[in-house]
Amino acid sequence: MRLDQRLIAEMVKPGTRVLDVGSGDGALIGHLFRERQCDARGIEINMREVTRSVAHGLPVVHGDADNDLVHYPDGAFDYVVLQRTLQAVERPREVLRQMLRIGRHAIVSFPNFGHWRLRLQLLLTGRMPMTSVWSTPWYETPNVHPCTIRDFLALCEEEGYTVLQWMAVDEDGSRAPWRRSVRLANLFGEQALFLLGRR
Amino acid sequence: MNSTASFDPGKHTSVTFPEGLDLECGVHLAPLEVAYRTYGTLSEKRDNAIVICHALTGDQYVAESHPLTGKPGWWARMVGPGCPIDTDRFFVICPNVLGGCMGSTGPRSVRSDGKGNGSECWGTDFPPITVRDMVRAQHSLVKHLGIERLFAVVGGSMGGMQALEWAVTYPHMMLAVLPLATSPFHSAQNIAFNEVGRQSVFADPDWHGGRYWEYGKVPARGLAVARMMAHITYLSEEALTRKFGRRVRRGQLASQAPETSLSMFSDIFEVESYLRYQGSSFVNRFDANSYLTITRAMDWFDLAAEHEGDLSAAFAGTPVRFCVVSFSSDWLFPTSVSRQLVNALNRVAANVSFVEIESDKGHDAFLLDEPDFDRTVRGFLCGVAEHAGLA
Repeated sequence: MRLDQRLIAEMVKPGTRVLDVGSGDGALIGHLFRERQCDARGIEINMREVTRSVAHGLPVVHGDADNDLVHYPDGAFDYVVLQRTLQAVERPREVLRQMLRIGRHAIVSFPNFGHWRLRLQLLLTGRMPMTSVWSTPWYETPNVHPCTIRDFLALCEEEGYTVLQWMAVDEDGSRAPWRRSVRLANLFGEQALFLLGRR
Repeated sequence: MNSTASFDPGKHTSVTFPEGLDLECGVHLAPLEVAYRTYGTLSEKRDNAIVICHALTGDQYVAESHPLTGKPGWWARMVGPGCPIDTDRFFVICPNVLGGCMGSTGPRSVRSDGKGNGSECWGTDFPPITVRDMVRAQHSLVKHLGIERLFAVVGGSMGGMQALEWAVTYPHMMLAVLPLATSPFHSAQNIAFNEVGRQSVFADPDWHGGRYWEYGKVPARGLAVARMMAHITYLSEEALTRKFGRRVRRGQLASQAPETSLSMFSDIFEVESYLRYQGSSFVNRFDANSYLTITRAMDWFDLAAEHEGDLSAAFAGTPVRFCVVSFSSDWLFPTSVSRQLVNALNRVAANVSFVEIESDKGHDAFLLDEPDFDRTVRGFLCGVAEHAGLA
């Protein structure tokens, strides 16, 4: 399991109901079931990963964040998780709304477009920045909605979500030290992780 | 051609329920006989039983050679020691459906409504049955075997309809249900294909209004055509092309054809030869009235009907874990229909897994060698056992 998934798992109270949107190989839901006794389920867009997860006994359905969250009833889960995917969905605001409709909490991680290396590259070269986190060229990137940590906070404010917990995360998924200052986190954090609640 | 008539139905293992069954149509059917086969051993806690529901033309001989045809069990690659449905671990029960012709009460059973001469069979007077009636007959069998709760109910195609009906009718009687290559309702297209098959049987002069046995006949041509047509719907265009292409079997009938006929029909395409074989072998093992009765039961199947068209209401509050599987080239029960089922299950926050297996083999893929499918079934069952603390 990736280090940032470990950080997500620590946000989840044991014995709760969790939906992982974009569950990939199922590492997080497998961990939440076995180590934290959660009723953890997944939605995954890649059929190969779905088959692999189900073959490992994990309850995963084929589907995606944009189209399939609408089917779930209000408050069906304690946590709805979206890992490193918000920037790639069609309608990020609508996905967040759905997450906080069907879940009491939303756990969201995304790569931070406000990182200094990106800012500097754009400033100095005048070209779309490319880093190890943002590694695909503009014409074929699936990341159609990049945002910064401050952008995300502004959206939460606008939508009326409570930020219960947030942290910057570095490239390999460890917690980064920029906790006190949003400005510093936005400059030096490669990724961000948020625990949101409804107001 | 008439070997069905000579086969002794008493050879099938079965249990008779003198009290019978109240059918959905209002008829009380008694006695009720349910033929079945079991594999593996029931655990001391009686918690390892899996019911396998067979498809339209299947039967209870899921994992052993068939007493009529001598062919291997229809799902021998899925069910058996060490197989995905592992009989070293699970106790597998496979009943013959109500209305079938392999020992369970059906149109070929002696009629029990007081009409007729006491030894006459039902024929077309057999009451109309539903998928729920089939499941309720299976439920009687499961109770008879002393099982309070099943580990799982598994079925493909019409067997999947029964599996879903199990979940709806007896939601607390099983941990898991696996509806495979199936649908929560029979679509207009499904009904249309069934109707062509039935009309083909009716059009056979040997049909004799359904009382063919009185004339020592079976409507073999009509039933064979019905099977040939249905068989096309079980395959895909890719599968037909891959297996047969446009290859021709030269001059098989040439000697019989008049010299002037220029082999209009004496040279036949391999796909024709294959379908003819499928048709003729089918009539040796299947009863035409059973075919009519069961296809009609499928046509009536619609789980949402009792809930003003709201499929999810049929599953409200279900504790069952579902594993829905579709196959990419199945156009008889397409993935889009499985997705409707999954969405309905999600609407009531049911625990559901859903996989579409990439395959070019069409609807029949669920019976064929698909390693991803095997892994899915095996893994899902292990997961259910782990969740239930039975691993």
